[in-house]
Amino acid sequence: MTVRAASTFFYRRPNWYLCLLLVPPLLWFGTVYLGSLFALLAQSFYSIDDFTAQIVREPTLATYRQLVTQPANIDIVLRTLTMAIAVTLACAVIALPIATYMARYARGRMKAFFYVGVMLPMWTSYLVKVYAWRLLLAKEGIIAWATAKLGLTGLLEAALATPGIGGPSLSSSYIGMFIVFVYMWLPFMILPMAAALERVPGSLLQASADLGARPSQTFRNVVLPLAIPGIAAGSVFTFSLTLGDYIIPSVVGAPGYFIGMMVYVQQGTAGNIPLAAAFSVVPIVLIFVYLGLAKRFGAFDAL
Amino acid sequence: MLFDKRYRPDKPSWLMRLGAFAGLAFMHVPVFIIILYAFTTEDRTYQFPPPGLTLHWFEVAFGRDDIWQSLSLSLGVAACATAIALVLGTFAAFALARAKFAAKDSLTVLFVLPIALPGIITGIALLAAMKMARLDASFITIVAGHATFCTVIIYNNVIARLRRLPPSWVEASMDLGADGLQTLRYVLLPQVATAFLAGGMLAFALSFDEIIVTIFTAGKERTLPIWFFNELFRPRDRPVTNVVAVIVIAVTLIPIVLAYYLTRPDDEHETAR
Repeated sequence: MTVRAASTFFYRRPNWYLCLLLVPPLLWFGTVYLGSLFALLAQSFYSIDDFTAQIVREPTLATYRQLVTQPANIDIVLRTLTMAIAVTLACAVIALPIATYMARYARGRMKAFFYVGVMLPMWTSYLVKVYAWRLLLAKEGIIAWATAKLGLTGLLEAALATPGIGGPSLSSSYIGMFIVFVYMWLPFMILPMAAALERVPGSLLQASADLGARPSQTFRNVVLPLAIPGIAAGSVFTFSLTLGDYIIPSVVGAPGYFIGMMVYVQQGTAGNIPLAAAFSVVPIVLIFVYLGLAKRFGAFDAL
Repeated sequence: MLFDKRYRPDKPSWLMRLGAFAGLAFMHVPVFIIILYAFTTEDRTYQFPPPGLTLHWFEVAFGRDDIWQSLSLSLGVAACATAIALVLGTFAAFALARAKFAAKDSLTVLFVLPIALPGIITGIALLAAMKMARLDASFITIVAGHATFCTVIIYNNVIARLRRLPPSWVEASMDLGADGLQTLRYVLLPQVATAFLAGGMLAFALSFDEIIVTIFTAGKERTLPIWFFNELFRPRDRPVTNVVAVIVIAVTLIPIVLAYYLTRPDDEHETAR
């Protein structure tokens, strides 16, 4: 059979055509990706022998029991969750004026400038950005220099002296870590938000104004509800990315552990893959819960 | 107040304008700082402003064999992962663009899962699988991890383009007597080509820069990001690290800017006049 005849054969039989196309990616995703996820799940039901430090390959809930009964582990989960929520809220607030401006006000060159301006830092090397913040937040770095020039050193020191979120310098405090997280995920919030705002029809705003609403009322009652799906879509990224990150908490930040760091340390130096696997199930569960919530707000329509 | 008292659709309030421009500046400052630090004469602290500027560190970095090895490993991994992903992602996109069948929604979720779940999950899952299969970390395991999330990028780019393509074009082509192969060559491929190229470039950049998954699958291999990560905790080599940061920015940004110009929607050409 010639290639020509084969192509006609497949055009006439859409199901065969579909199979032909789907087999390679499904084989790859089925074995490499889903296979790995199941291996991970299986590992989380293994345990580690306390004396020999060998992995015991028998199904048990011991590792999960260890995860939920040790207060230190609960603290790690709560700390990570709090950070993810705080970062998501901050990203939404900072993204709002940028997204509104680029979607509704900027025209022509200015609009292109804003879109490129948001996309370039998003695609700039992740590690390089983290490294840059280490330079910025360091004790003798640019932020300390700028606050000194502005005469605000007292304010910075007061913030760093705050118990719980402070530390010896910005680069070793939760405040610093929070700033870096917000910076890293901000574009992931701006782009879906701007996309949602682009879709709000101008006639609705005119109608609202004609009916006597002030611009702030129009914004609250017309624009914001229509932008919610975009915000929900962006928040999926900011939330999920913060939950799983282990590089930022280990490069910038306070001594407290985060879920990602715990997974990394347990599989590495501690050699306890079952506990690392159990810990990595936590963000999966949290994200599926969050996806369920986001779906209610129409996040998937906005993606 | 973010918004002006009167309704003026084309005039934002000064406060919003300020918020927008300040936010944009916030997003760019760190990148400029890194580029500035690559030229500083200070080699022990992160002192700002730099006491002096020099090109000396570029010379030092170019003389280092470990950097060249890591760079070539990263380029090799990115090329292989992109090649695999181009095939798998395009196949998946062509299959799911128009077809309607029962499992379609689950497959759509499956094909975006590697980027919806945090990278650490993909990483630790691959590691768990490698341990179970008693597979040693190598070039191949790194490529396997990268190809998985790169496929998602290609899939997203190609399927977005296919959905914008009117189905009547394919029908018209077949009605006019073209066979499947001719339709693919003269109708579908020219439409998809730029999305395919752009996806490939984004995937390459993503793979070149990837660390979160790579740490788990690399074993003793050192890609450039892993080299970089190790150096973060070694103050002695700070100036060389700064130079490598600039190299990484350059290698990732070039394909990304090209990808942007390849996929720019047509209506933007009009508004950009």
